[in-house]
Amino acid sequence: MDNSVTSQNSLVSVQSLSFSRGNKKIFDDISLEFERGKITAIMGPSGTGKTTLLKLIGGQLFPEQGSVTVDGNNVHRLRRSDLYNLRKRMGMLFQSGALLTDMSVFDNVAFPLREHTHLPESMIRTLVLMKLQAVGLRGARKLMPNELSGGMARRIALARAIALDPMMIMYDEPFTGQDPISKGALVHLIKSLNVTLGLTSIIVSHDVQETAAIADYIYVISEGKVVGQGTPKEIEQSESDWVQQFMTGAADGPVHFHYPAKDYVDDLLSTGNRY
Amino acid sequence: MIDFLQQLGKNTRTSFTKLGRGSFFLLQTISGILSVLPRPRLLLNQMYSIGVLSFLIITISGLFVGMVLGLQGYYVLSDFGAEETLGVMVAASLVRELGPVVSALLFAGRAGSALTAEIGLMKATEQLSGMEMMAVDPIKRIISPRFLAGFLSMPLLAALFSAIGVIGGQMVGSGLLGVDEGAYWSQMQANMDFRDDILNGVIKSIVFGFVSSWIALFEGYDAIPTSEGVSRATTRTVVNSAFSILGLDFILTVFMFGDN
Amino acid sequence: MQHTSTQDTLVGLFVASGIVGLFFLALQVSNLSSFTEHDSYTVTARFENSGGLKVKSPVSAAGVKIGQVTAISFDPKTYESVVKLSIDKQYSTLPDDTTASVFTAGLLGEQYVNLDAGGSEEYLKEGGKIDVTNSAIILEKALGQFLFKSAEEKK
Repeated sequence: MDNSVTSQNSLVSVQSLSFSRGNKKIFDDISLEFERGKITAIMGPSGTGKTTLLKLIGGQLFPEQGSVTVDGNNVHRLRRSDLYNLRKRMGMLFQSGALLTDMSVFDNVAFPLREHTHLPESMIRTLVLMKLQAVGLRGARKLMPNELSGGMARRIALARAIALDPMMIMYDEPFTGQDPISKGALVHLIKSLNVTLGLTSIIVSHDVQETAAIADYIYVISEGKVVGQGTPKEIEQSESDWVQQFMTGAADGPVHFHYPAKDYVDDLLSTGNRY
Repeated sequence: MIDFLQQLGKNTRTSFTKLGRGSFFLLQTISGILSVLPRPRLLLNQMYSIGVLSFLIITISGLFVGMVLGLQGYYVLSDFGAEETLGVMVAASLVRELGPVVSALLFAGRAGSALTAEIGLMKATEQLSGMEMMAVDPIKRIISPRFLAGFLSMPLLAALFSAIGVIGGQMVGSGLLGVDEGAYWSQMQANMDFRDDILNGVIKSIVFGFVSSWIALFEGYDAIPTSEGVSRATTRTVVNSAFSILGLDFILTVFMFGDN
Repeated sequence: MQHTSTQDTLVGLFVASGIVGLFFLALQVSNLSSFTEHDSYTVTARFENSGGLKVKSPVSAAGVKIGQVTAISFDPKTYESVVKLSIDKQYSTLPDDTTASVFTAGLLGEQYVNLDAGGSEEYLKEGGKIDVTNSAIILEKALGQFLFKSAEEKK
């Protein structure tokens, strides 16, 4: 793990970043590179701050140390208006989809276009239908967000994220809580968008199989540190016990099944306090 | 004892930081109004959900408050043989106090709590941060139009409340109890002053609209983004708005009517 | 964002009814209409005692409100109360020997200026003076006099 490596070809570069919430250190001096046009995945157990990392890249949170560079701009040094301009070129897919609940599917996808462009309504319609066609939900344009299944909501959100033709897209747990068919559809979509639009993709996930199937490069994070990185093949063959446990989903290993507690027998035999 | 002092200090600190956040939020909201003006559609949609949807509760409450005032006022005034001044009593109580205060309390309960819940849920479902990531400022897009709509609706609602209350008082007073209709209106007109009574009432309702919209939006924006956090924030909106409205009403009354 | 046109109509109705409410309060409930729409002229009346008369107290003739009190001051030379009355222009044919009296509406009601028309051919004009005035009846004074008188008679 050499922190000084800065590939010429990386679109997003995270340099010795530290961030903590309260007394808990979420990231401790981590460095990551995300190459242009590639799918890079960040994997790790729940609660390791993967979503936080995306918010740091998007400039919604400020790091304690280190820097985040997106397309040559230090995200946290930008003026507000410049940051907003940069964000127009960054798409983000939230775990919940984050669709605006008081608008129809069509209006949701049209939202960034209407906010940021002065295109005539007829052109907006064409663009929206194209984006909806790309995610296979052109027929659902009249539905309201509360009429959509979780997988559909995510696909609509994806159509909205690509509405402004961004240079990159960040996926926050795209596969969590989806049935196998939706998962398959999303995997296919992420891959095809990456190929057809040349998008740089960052996936944050703990779904090993789906992510490994499409990622070009994987970082495995645990307790604020990068514990493994490489192509999916390299990760699978990693000697690290921890990475192995994560990838195979073994119940016990370096991460214990049991929450820290005193000895079981002692605990059962002790009397007195309820706890 | 030490615990108590510690707790007191902690509470003071948290309420001051909250006040600071709230003031900063208000400044952002007000400066965001400038970007609402070129887009009247945003304002119109909010005028609908804040003003129009409060219309019914305000007019019906106004009617009943006016009718009760007519009834009670008649019983008290007729003891002194001064039923003729019923109009003055009804109009003065409505225009100076009940109109602005009761309609503001109803507004906080109807529109304010709905605003908090709406904003809080948008926060909990990541809609606000989703907007930020789409390079849309949620304060300008979501908060400011709602603030402006609340601020504009309140004086209209209060005026409606008072006007319908006065008519309700007249219906009961002269329709049911036989106070002379001409006397009802002429006594009222002779004693109510445009500047001292009507205008001061309108100023009160503008202040209340400002404060209760601010509280409702800030509580929603500042809510802990969980279902429990949002429901707590909604309760806080109603309680804090009621306290602020009644407290401010006392202060404003002292300034407006104190030197008479 | 559906049904925007119905929404717009309802918002329009709401705003219009709110403004109607405000106008109603201004014109029907308060006295804004009575003397701003019509012109008025001002005359002065001097009273020995104007009692509980106040600015904005009504001025009426034959029980009809025709104007209001606009100023009350004390003249330190004559020890009189100088009351300015603003009277609606449409009642411009009041004779110049009209009598002004301070009356009380009911036992506890408020005080007002009553004008009794005289028989002169000349009419009151802007800046005119009402010479004949009757002061307010002060209840305590009247009672005192009554008691004093009845005591005198008993003797």
